[in-house]
Formats: sequence, structure tokens, C-alpha cells
Amino acid sequence: MTNHPRTPRTWQRFSPLRRLARFSLLLAAGIALAISFRTVQVVPEFLFDAPTQMADMLTRMWPPDTSHYFSGVHTALVETMHIAGMGTIIALALSLPVALLAANNITPYPVLNWFARLILVTSRSVNTLVWAILFVAVFGPGALAGSVAIGFRSIGFCGKLMGEALEECHKGPVEALRAAGAPWPSVILKAYWPQVAPAFWGTSLFRWDINVRESAVIGLVGAGGIGMALDTAINLFRWNQVSLILLCIFAVVVCMEIATTFIRKRIL
Amino acid sequence: MSGTQRAAFRPNWAARAGWSLLAVYCVYAAWSMDFTWARFVSGLHNGAMFLGSMFPPEFTRWRLLVNNLAETLQIAIIASGAGIALSLPFGLVCARNLMPAWATWPARAVIAVSRSFHPVIFAILFVKAVGFGPLAGILTLVVASIGFIGKLFAEAVEEISLKPVEACRAAGAPFLSVIIFAVLPQVLNRFIGFATYQFDANIRNSTMVGIVGAGGIGGTLFAAFQRFDYDFLAAILISIIALVMLGEYLASVVKAVFND
Repeated sequence: MTNHPRTPRTWQRFSPLRRLARFSLLLAAGIALAISFRTVQVVPEFLFDAPTQMADMLTRMWPPDTSHYFSGVHTALVETMHIAGMGTIIALALSLPVALLAANNITPYPVLNWFARLILVTSRSVNTLVWAILFVAVFGPGALAGSVAIGFRSIGFCGKLMGEALEECHKGPVEALRAAGAPWPSVILKAYWPQVAPAFWGTSLFRWDINVRESAVIGLVGAGGIGMALDTAINLFRWNQVSLILLCIFAVVVCMEIATTFIRKRIL
Repeated sequence: MSGTQRAAFRPNWAARAGWSLLAVYCVYAAWSMDFTWARFVSGLHNGAMFLGSMFPPEFTRWRLLVNNLAETLQIAIIASGAGIALSLPFGLVCARNLMPAWATWPARAVIAVSRSFHPVIFAILFVKAVGFGPLAGILTLVVASIGFIGKLFAEAVEEISLKPVEACRAAGAPFLSVIIFAVLPQVLNRFIGFATYQFDANIRNSTMVGIVGAGGIGGTLFAAFQRFDYDFLAAILISIIALVMLGEYLASVVKAVFND
């Protein structure tokens, strides 16, 4: 077949079907973009006006009102850090059982695996702000709703990564402990935990870093933290305070990133 | 050997101290934020009532729901298109192995700022600047896309092999040709991966920017919440989850077709 004289000698990277698929996906993306541009209701004047408006807003923001820091920002900032910390801890506590259910080498029942995966997907599909709205309805406005919302949003992320880490565990220590007659809590604690501990700490640090960013905004729907101060400042058109709060959030996020990088280097 | 009892797992005092510190922090944080058992119990009660009024979900206003979902999707599509198109040059300018330092520093600063703020904060600022509606949402997600893809793409470009670049330069190719024939082929696969991930993320985020007035289904969700319209809220939540799952599926299809 290959030595047939009429075989054309042009080489192609992809099969015709593959090329058709690639082309039709690009075409679909182009069509979707065109349809969206035609139907989305954007007022073009607003778009042309945007640079002027932005410049106006920035001039009103400058200089930041630093005198406001101790009276209105500091407590809220500390509360934000607490919400992020507690939210991460709640998330880890709640995601451990889900991760154990999702790992098919620990829970050998496909029904339970699918149930755990459903929990993980639902947790990730609902944005933190939406979770915060729901928990404000349940617990009333404040930091409790915020922490639980951050926790519920993080279950999907932590549970997924932890479940994958558990599935990659070696069987040796597990079988050794089982053969020695260890009960299942000991098997989890002494055979699985040492193997997944690095993944656990890595995941928690990563999520903690993300949660600091997220807990800065959930106050906009009433769930506590610096977002509430930001919301008030915006509603009162106090742009100098807005810029101060934004600078504080920026500083906290940068410090957080430096801190997590440092901890990661030390413990992992 | 003779008289000593050997413990199979020796206690790790440092770890125990760490765990106790964590427990102390939990108690302190819970106390300072006023978490009480009474609030938790009343919350459970409220939660049960809340869930009860959410069920059954009300889909009679499906026309409004579909219109909002369409707008959400449009925001995500336009923002992904513009964000991906803009982050390509941004990522290239950021790469320190291709560009001089005076070009990489400003681009890196832009990416750092757009990454460090949550999209919602940009959404608020854009709503103030360009008014309510999908335009603010689109601008928000474009900024978020530049921050995410720009950073990862720049890192990918910094990891390429420089041999094709040198070959092209030695053959006298102009700058644009070096980019197209020596740089892009090495990073295109990863770029597609980042782009599909960002499309997925944009769909998730476009459901949320409406809460601060930047278009999409989030506005309707917040309105339903404030009017205690909880059965409609349930319908909106279900459709958001469905939309996000659709986005995840689309991203996996694109990845399967383009990655080889």
C-alpha cells in the first residue's frame, strides 16, 4: 500500500476529519462572536465616553483619604482576613469527607463517587457572591454568612484536588496496615494521610490565597469584611475613601502572595 | 532492645503544637466575629424555611430567564474573544526572553494589577465609568482575561527553546516572522489550553457581574433575592449551574479537538 506509485507524497499533520473539526469550531466561534456583537445591548456612546469617565473617576479618587484608615478600614480589613481564614478551615473540614467519597480507591461504590462529584461540581458552579447571598438569607448579614459562603465555594476546589491526590496513593502502606489488622481510621491516618499531606497543605495554601481576594468582595452583598466598607464608600460617592480601600486590598493581596510563597517554600 | 517499648508511630510534637495553635486561632476568630451557637441554630431554622420556599422552582417566567442567559453568554463570548486577542500581544511583550526590560516592566505591572483585584471590584468601577449594562461586564471580563492568560502565556513563552528563534534571526527574518514561525508554534497548544480555561471561567464570572449591575443573569438573581422571590431564585440558580456545566463541556470539546 505504502509503496503504491500513485500515493501522493504530500504530508499532512491532521486527518481530514480532524481538520474539518478544527475548521468548524473556529467557524462556530466566529459566528458566535458575530451574533453576540449584533445582539448585545451596548450603547456605543458609552463606550466612546468611557476613557473620559474613567479619567474623571481617577482624578476624584486622588489623593486617597488616609485619615479614614483607623476609623473605618482597619477593623474591616482584619475581619476580611478572619473570614478568609475561617472560610478556608470550614472548606477543608467539609471537603475532606467529600474527597474521601470521591476517591474511588477508598470508596469503591460508583454511586457514592458520583454523588460526591455532584457536590463538587455544584460547589464550583455557584459563584462566591451567590453563595454569600444565599447565606446572608440564612444567617443574616455579617461575617458568619461570609465565612460559610467562602467555605462552600471552596469545597469544590479543595475536594477535587484532594480526591485526585487520594486516588494517586500507593497501595503498599494501606495493605500493610490492613494486614496488621488496623481499623479504618488508622488506615486513613497512617497510610493515606502521610501520602496526601503535601497535596493537602499545597491546596490549602493556594485556596487561602484565593479566598483572601474573594473575601474582600463578598461584603458587597452584606457578608462582612472590607467589601462592606467599599460598598458604603461607593454609595456615598466618597472616592478618596474608595481609593484608600482599594490600596489596602491591593497591599493585603500582595502581602498574602509573598507570605504563601514563603510558607510553601518552607513546608513543602 | 530488651526493656524498651518501641512505638510504631512516634508522636510528632511540632505537628501537635501546630494543630493546637490552629484550634486556638479558630476559637479566637469565631469569638471576634461573633459566631454563636444560637445564631447557628436559628440559621439552620432559617435555612430550612429558605429551602422550603425555594421549592418548587418557578419556571413560568422562562422567557426572561432565557433572555438573561443569552446576555450572560454574549458577555462571556465577546469578553473571551477580546480578552484572548489582547492577551496574546500582552503575553509576548511580557516575555523577558524576547523583549527588552523597558517593554516588559509596564506590561507586567498591568498584568499584576489586573490579577490582584477580584473581577467584582473592576465590575463596580466599570459600572461607575460606563454605566449599567453588559458593556461594563465585558470590560471587566476582558481585564480578568488579560490578567490570567497574559501571565500564564508569558510564562509559557519564557520556557520556549530559543534555537528556532536564533535560526530565524540568522536567516534575516523580520521580528513579526520570528514571532509567527519560531515562537507561536511552540506555545500554541498551551495558549489554546489557557484560552479554553478562560472561556470557562468567563462564563462562570459573567453570571456574577450582574450583581453589581454589569449585565447578565446576576442582576435578575439579585433582584429576585431582594424581592424574596425565592422560587424564581431557585430556577435562576438551576439555570446558572446548567450554563456553567455547558461551558465546561464546550471547553472540553475545544480542548479535545485542538490539542494533539
